[in-house]
Amino acid sequence: MKFLTITWHNIRRSPYQAMAAVLVMMLTFLAVSFFTFLLTGSSKIINYFESKPQVTAFFRNEVKQTNINALESGLKDTGKVASIKFVSKQEALKIYKEQNKNDPLLLDLVTADILPASLEISTIKIEDLASISEMLKASSEISEVIYQKDIVSTLVSWTSALRKIGIGLIVVLSLISIFIVVTIIGIKISQKKEDIEIMRLIGATNWYIRWPFIFEGAIYGTVGAVIGFSLALLILWYATPFLSTFLRGIPVLPVNPVFLLGVLGAELILAVIFGAFSSFVAVLRYLR
Amino acid sequence: MIKLDKVSKKFATGVLALSDITLAIDKKEFVFLIGPTGSGKTTIFRLLTREMLPTEGTIIVNDWDVVKLPNHKVSHLRKKIGVVFQDLKLLLDRTIFENVSLPLEVAGVKPEEVKKKVEEVLVKVGMLDHKDKFPIQLSGGELQRTAIARALTLSPEILLADEPTGNLDMATSWDIVNLLSDINERGTTVVMATHNIDIVKKLAKRVIRLEKGRLMRDDKGLPDDSPHAQGGKAGKKEDHSSLKASDDVKPMTDKSEGQRKTEEKK
Repeated sequence: MKFLTITWHNIRRSPYQAMAAVLVMMLTFLAVSFFTFLLTGSSKIINYFESKPQVTAFFRNEVKQTNINALESGLKDTGKVASIKFVSKQEALKIYKEQNKNDPLLLDLVTADILPASLEISTIKIEDLASISEMLKASSEISEVIYQKDIVSTLVSWTSALRKIGIGLIVVLSLISIFIVVTIIGIKISQKKEDIEIMRLIGATNWYIRWPFIFEGAIYGTVGAVIGFSLALLILWYATPFLSTFLRGIPVLPVNPVFLLGVLGAELILAVIFGAFSSFVAVLRYLR
Repeated sequence: MIKLDKVSKKFATGVLALSDITLAIDKKEFVFLIGPTGSGKTTIFRLLTREMLPTEGTIIVNDWDVVKLPNHKVSHLRKKIGVVFQDLKLLLDRTIFENVSLPLEVAGVKPEEVKKKVEEVLVKVGMLDHKDKFPIQLSGGELQRTAIARALTLSPEILLADEPTGNLDMATSWDIVNLLSDINERGTTVVMATHNIDIVKKLAKRVIRLEKGRLMRDDKGLPDDSPHAQGGKAGKKEDHSSLKASDDVKPMTDKSEGQRKTEEKK
């Protein structure tokens, strides 16, 4: 408690240095929070697609119902199919209208004629998706086949790139934070050199002198992390309506509060380690 | 209690601060350490508190071998020795109460006990009324009293006072010396380094005299100008006069630090 009081006095006596340290920590933890949300979201989306072994085949406009039925029964005969759902042009229009009900301009432009009818086929096993997809592509009635493998691989490559960028950015920002906190604590130690000397002469142990500086670093980290996380949360909250529309049907949003608390907890632990480590480096460097 | 055996200290610059000093100070003694500037008085204090190590020799304080003392034990040693530093070393941004309580906080004493102990010590040095003031608001004598109070808070068995009357007028100097004498009578060993030969003469206490790092004289309980103390050595009186000439007490008034600083600037 005594150390915390000394730490608080130290912070109050040089508020601009404290602000600089908190801001740089905030930036680091804003990046950490942002990329954590992004990568967790991406991984959830990938899981969603991976858990749904589905192929969507779009028919050409002139296709006849008899041909559709023939194709359907052909697919069923393979024994690989779990379910087949036919979506007619009218149903496609209905879905489209539902998805864009808030945008009258988009609704006016589209009629049932320009929307293709489609078949949504789920396989029993995910590895059968490829053979079903090939079978559909071979059919002259089909104009386009989309199956999750493409989506998943695209998402995986995007997520991997995001992860690399995120980790790189976080590492750089962390290093900057550490160096800035080391410098700030170093300046504070230099400013208090005389006080430290006096305290040593009257019997203060090295750790009695060091602890307040280490607490100071940990406090900068903690405050920075709380602000950074709150900002990221605010951005997420602001973007939720848009993202919900974009990710319709994929259970990503709203984010589970337990997960958010977990992220905050992990960030706080990381922040304390970061801040305390930076101060410790400064203390070793300037307080021998 | 304090024992220096063949202690020498040579600085990196090549200056020999102390040369072959051997002396012993008993428990509850009051000892004057005198000598001109640069004679090694402060160096002895710094060696006793392990602020520095001797080049040669052994130093024993309270059964602690100061030279061999491991670094992590130095803080324990320093808590056992109260020091009134020549430049006082008070923290200017802390109140008198906070300055005096510092050794207790460092020693991990509980806040309620700190308050009690600090007030007790402040009463002893006559500074209780000034406890909420900052050092800059006090006079030279009051600052000395504060430094003495801080040195006493941990009830040390040894009190080292480095020139505690150095910047004070005679009346205030006597106040300080009487205070130290009183502390000594209560059982604390007091070693006082001073230039003030009048005080040394009038207070019949043991005198250790240093010059250019050498021990020139060590007697017990005799005034410096008594024939016994001089031991019939030729030139002893001249020694005193030379000491007076070179280390005269400066005619300082009992002004506050702030006033003095303002005058220095002028």
